[in-house]
Amino acid sequence: MFGYTWSELSSIFVMQSFSGFSLFSVLLLMALGLAIIFGQMGVVNLAHGEFMALGAYTVYLCSEIVHKHIPALAPYYFIVAIVAAFFAAGLVGLFVEWSLIRFLYKRPLDTLLATWGLSLIMQQAFRSIFGAREVTPTLPDWLMGSFKPSATIDIPINGVFVMGLTLLLTFGVWLFMFRSRTGLQMRATVQNRVMSGAVGINTKLVDRFTFSLGCGIAGVAGAAFTTIGSTGPDSGSRYIVDTFLVVVFGGTASLLGTVASAFGIAQSQSILEFFLKGTMGKVSVLTLIVIVLMIRPKGLFASKVRS
Amino acid sequence: MIPHKNKSKKVPYFRRRKFLGALLAVASLAALSSGAADYPTDKVNTTGLAVTDDTVTVGQLHSATGTMAISETGSIQAEQLAIEQINAMGGVLGRKIKIIVEDGASDWPTFAEKAKKLLVKDKVASVFGCWTSASRKAVLPVFEKENGMLYYPTFYEGLEQSKNVIYTGQEATQQILAGLDWIAKEKGAKTFYLIGSDYIWPRTSAKIARKHIENVLKGTVVGEEFYALGHTQFGSLINKIKLKKPDVIYAIVVGGSNVSFYKQLKAAGITSDKSVLLTISVTEDEVLGIGGENLAGFYSAMKYFQSLDNPNNKAFVPAFKAKYGANSVIGDVTQAGYLGPWLWKAAVEKAGSFDVDKIAAASPGIELDKAPEGYVKVHENHHLWSKTRIGQWQLDGQAKVLYESGLIEPNPFPKGYQ
Repeated sequence: MFGYTWSELSSIFVMQSFSGFSLFSVLLLMALGLAIIFGQMGVVNLAHGEFMALGAYTVYLCSEIVHKHIPALAPYYFIVAIVAAFFAAGLVGLFVEWSLIRFLYKRPLDTLLATWGLSLIMQQAFRSIFGAREVTPTLPDWLMGSFKPSATIDIPINGVFVMGLTLLLTFGVWLFMFRSRTGLQMRATVQNRVMSGAVGINTKLVDRFTFSLGCGIAGVAGAAFTTIGSTGPDSGSRYIVDTFLVVVFGGTASLLGTVASAFGIAQSQSILEFFLKGTMGKVSVLTLIVIVLMIRPKGLFASKVRS
Repeated sequence: MIPHKNKSKKVPYFRRRKFLGALLAVASLAALSSGAADYPTDKVNTTGLAVTDDTVTVGQLHSATGTMAISETGSIQAEQLAIEQINAMGGVLGRKIKIIVEDGASDWPTFAEKAKKLLVKDKVASVFGCWTSASRKAVLPVFEKENGMLYYPTFYEGLEQSKNVIYTGQEATQQILAGLDWIAKEKGAKTFYLIGSDYIWPRTSAKIARKHIENVLKGTVVGEEFYALGHTQFGSLINKIKLKKPDVIYAIVVGGSNVSFYKQLKAAGITSDKSVLLTISVTEDEVLGIGGENLAGFYSAMKYFQSLDNPNNKAFVPAFKAKYGANSVIGDVTQAGYLGPWLWKAAVEKAGSFDVDKIAAASPGIELDKAPEGYVKVHENHHLWSKTRIGQWQLDGQAKVLYESGLIEPNPFPKGYQ
């Protein structure tokens, strides 16, 4: 068929499906934190990408420290580094909420400007601390290379790792939001702040915690991306457009919407890139998204709330 | 010794004996400072540039901040090293070089604005700067209008020539054609897959490469694709490469995309033992980010590699490392940046003047035999005659030079390639 053998075509099919799923997990990982901050709290956080970069830089820092001082731990440090990235980004998020965001909850347009400013400050801070050059942490050997189920199929291990991490994190977020008491308070605050306050929920504390959690998840995403690409001061600004795209397309207030949107965008982009040429794939995907948003302005999964 | 015209006017009451004494003092000073007095300021500077009796001011215009800072830092460092070395040798026409550093901040309008400031307000004698084609295009009208002199270090797409610019990097045909010829001959390559970032330089380069492959090498281009700058997911592309099985993957991917591209190639099993990859966008600087293990065995076509084995380079590399640290690396553009101040010095000395018009006229034919890349010569079209080399990347991030062309004539407007 088309001058190729069936085995060739089937291996390409397998690898192509995998690359679609791999892109899906990357997009979902990016969007998960923002789905909480923007989707749930309504904060337009343009510095979200920088929190991912912060997570990535944390991994880089861990890698440098471990390889210099305790090389024996080199094969295992990556797992610890991911946890560290979560807490580093989360703590900075906590501070940002306390010092900036909490004054702006009722002024969404000002939030836009303030977080954009924050993103510029963070970018220059990365540049001053880590230098303008892009950095890559030294990854443990088990993350490199590929599975070879047959002679013609190569499945990259780092892709599998990111996928696993995404699954785990998505499940964790779902469990937390819909099965835990804090998650319940969070959703209550989002839906009706005054009433939640009246029944004894400390809504300010809940806000702070929610924002910090979203930032922490962004940190984990950034940490995971170090297995795929490099990290530079402006890496965050590369992620931010895709991130908002996924959240808005999915319908801002819905976690399921975010998952579905990431899946849809990833699969269509991956397939279109295969059949079209480079940039054209992306252009077609964006056109599709515009059309869908014209028909469903609130995104794929608009949650029905009384206004 | 001709005493200074203005000075003698200012002191008309000079007595003869005092005058003789002063003349002696000037003469002995001149002997010490290698002849600034041989070139009186009003003779070497007729257009009001920032040239005094003992200093000459030049400008440096690169991005020290923003996206491009990663690439431009090397050029900034190399130019400053060259100027420092020239000053240690006594400067230019007996004048020490002073530098005014401006930051283009990776923003093209800022480049134009700063260029104007350097030329109009600071009256600099020459500017060393720019990196991307976009920044060069932004400052070009300023340099032409204010009649300034720019030394531009990056290999670029060609299709440009200006009295006010000396291009110290290679134009596209110099870099591309020799590399393709080599790979076609050495590997018997017939099919090529072209991959680039989506902007003017990769697109023009791919166009030239395609013409050469189809018309001269009689090969075929089985794929030609461009991805947005900063693209990090190459899964679908890699699958297409695996399906098409080209003899050569020809890569013109730049910036942050590079790391993802080569990491994903490796993870997908496209390595040098099975595939041939030739790139014109990876220098030692990029390898630092990509990692030697992800590139090992692939080829780059450049005019300079840090590992070049010649006496000039053996002096240059340690001097650079002594100033900027043992871990610093030197890529093609960094070396081209280093040539700028030396070529300017040679032109000023040949013209016996700092005037931009005279330097522009004196530049063609200037030879530099102590360039780290070897011998270079300025062409009528203000580009350099230079050699193209093929380097094979090693695990340690250095290239092993496998091939060296003869001196290639720069041809920024190649016929049959447009």
